[in-house]
Amino acid sequence: MMQPATKDHAALSEIFIKDEERVNWHDGSLWWIRQKRDKVAKQIPEWESLREVASGIKSNVISNLHEYLLQFEANAKKNGITVHWAADAEEHNAIVYSILKAKEINQLVKSKSMLTEECHLNEYLQERGIDVINSDLGEYIQQLAKEPPSHIVLPCIHKRKEEIGELFHEHLGSQKGESDPTTLTRIARKHLRNVFMTRRGALTGVNFAVAETGEFVVCTNEGNADMGAHLSEVHIASMGLEKIIPQKKHLGVFLRLLARSATGQPITIYSSHFKKPRPGQEMHIVLVDCGRTRQLGREDFRNSLKCIKCGACMNTCPVYRKSGGHSYHNTIAGPIGAILAPNLDMKRHADLPFASTLCGSCSNVCPVKINIHEQLYKWRQVVVKEGYAANTKALGMKAIAWTLSSPGSYITAGKAGRWVLANIPLAINNKLNPWYKQRDMPDSPKESFSEWFVKNKKNGKKEG
Amino acid sequence: MTVGLFVPCYVNQLYPSAAIATLELLQQLNVDVVYPLKQTCCGQPMANSGFEHLTQKCNDLFIQNFAQFDYIVAPSASCVLHIKDHLHSPEQEETATGIRNKIYELVEFLTDVLKVEKLNARFPHKVGVHHSCHGLRGLYLAQMSELNAAPFSKPHQLLNLVQDLELVTLDRGDECCGFGGTFCIAEEAVSVKMGKDRVTDHLKNGAEYITSSDLSCLMHMEGILHRNKSNVKVVHIAEILNSRI
Repeated sequence: MMQPATKDHAALSEIFIKDEERVNWHDGSLWWIRQKRDKVAKQIPEWESLREVASGIKSNVISNLHEYLLQFEANAKKNGITVHWAADAEEHNAIVYSILKAKEINQLVKSKSMLTEECHLNEYLQERGIDVINSDLGEYIQQLAKEPPSHIVLPCIHKRKEEIGELFHEHLGSQKGESDPTTLTRIARKHLRNVFMTRRGALTGVNFAVAETGEFVVCTNEGNADMGAHLSEVHIASMGLEKIIPQKKHLGVFLRLLARSATGQPITIYSSHFKKPRPGQEMHIVLVDCGRTRQLGREDFRNSLKCIKCGACMNTCPVYRKSGGHSYHNTIAGPIGAILAPNLDMKRHADLPFASTLCGSCSNVCPVKINIHEQLYKWRQVVVKEGYAANTKALGMKAIAWTLSSPGSYITAGKAGRWVLANIPLAINNKLNPWYKQRDMPDSPKESFSEWFVKNKKNGKKEG
Repeated sequence: MTVGLFVPCYVNQLYPSAAIATLELLQQLNVDVVYPLKQTCCGQPMANSGFEHLTQKCNDLFIQNFAQFDYIVAPSASCVLHIKDHLHSPEQEETATGIRNKIYELVEFLTDVLKVEKLNARFPHKVGVHHSCHGLRGLYLAQMSELNAAPFSKPHQLLNLVQDLELVTLDRGDECCGFGGTFCIAEEAVSVKMGKDRVTDHLKNGAEYITSSDLSCLMHMEGILHRNKSNVKVVHIAEILNSRI
């Protein structure tokens, strides 16, 4: 299901951009969400201090993760929840499988969870005879399309409604040509309702886990996490280690920030608290590391663990909007994905820190103030030092040569002028010059500024 | 007050008129300007490509060229930001810190240090302002749309002093143009698409000129405009501010 790593971000983007009408519409949809976010963020006078406070709470969390996790575990156990620890994807998947197997459950309904996408849980369970249905509408559509999500909040944002209609026709037997969003949603709802009624096992993600109380909070707009969990015999919640917050009162900060940043809503429609299993129900939490403690050990990058997965950095990122989520060939796309992915597999994701203009918009919409663009810059230094620059073909073969040949070859002012004039025209005639493919070169001036300056001796206050 | 004029490498080579305008403008405002002839580059193209470890010689040369001035001024927000964020020297860190604190992009030097309130400039055209990201979010030349904070814009403040200049309002006032240094080569398709969309916004809103405090963005947009045979021109803000009545 993952995109092959043989093509890097630049190459995958080029494919996406060929359909310019789709790009315009994708860009416009996400920009519309960014504007909704701006509007609600600006309705709250204390918005910037809320971000500061949230960032501070998360600093405290990642500095004391060990204690908070143990506190959470102890309290969750007191509440009657079974707590599991998983070092990696394989362990996580094996734990989920063993829970289901013990209850002889062979059908699972799953609400949105990027962590289980990261772990490729669906494939793992399906190989072992367990059928998984994603109940988030966007993820359901992506599952029918046999594609990973392209956005962490809006999994099928890259798909047109006509394409969704076609998928429904093929898989759900709806009328051919049906593309009315309301009708399509009703069709999906009918199918999903049957799934909710019959599944004995439900898996949800976790948005926040409260150390103080041992409870966890799951935010959805569709109520699908609740529907699955409330009707199931077994509720499994998978969470990354970094999802801890110290106290319940801190939800007052994060819930205000999350939905506003994600979709421009004041709050998610459902912010459901799960504290203990119903009588007769089993409730499990799987605490998953999967590279997070390694990232915690990287001083320059540990702040990335503050992420609350709102997707605001994707919506604002012009590169993401023009290139689409799949071009990042990683579960988490966009700017945040580009600083998380190299920690997981630097070789495979060497291109991602370069898939940015370092415009800095991401860092300034981030509700927990992760310095994303500064981390992108720092990852570039790490990727090059570790010898993976060549793994991103575009960078290795074109950009480095271009970079090192311009200012590096510079000796004196007069000579440099001649150097550029002598060399740039060559580049113009070279079909392989990526600049020239869709852009003209600037006109070569008669003389450089330095040459003009020497001739006119302009030092001083007044014009000479 | 003696100002060291820093003219970034590609401005020196490709856009000398912007550097001349910068020099003339500062001199008209009675500033003593010195242009050190041995200057080269700020090192940003290498550093942004992940080769910051190769920029020490560049840094040392920069320090040697510019340490002695009261201020350093450059007609490029991006290069100034690079110096502010990344100029270091293990052997003369104090001098490097001094430089990081006294380097200014032209617009902010005019508004914040010289506190210019009057200009003898006229530019009878419709102008769209392109905020470079490094100028906007790095040097805070204007308020970025992401933050819930009071709006301001130093480039607009200066352009409002220019006679007969009409500023156009853009649909997306501060979106990146997609130049991004080596990004424009390594990610050619995305870079061009971003540039096309920025240019379209200016065209749609009636701009005759696109101006900016960064020529790198302008070079990228000019390349697209030119290829598409557009009559819309790019012009560095120094050239507008230095335009004669």
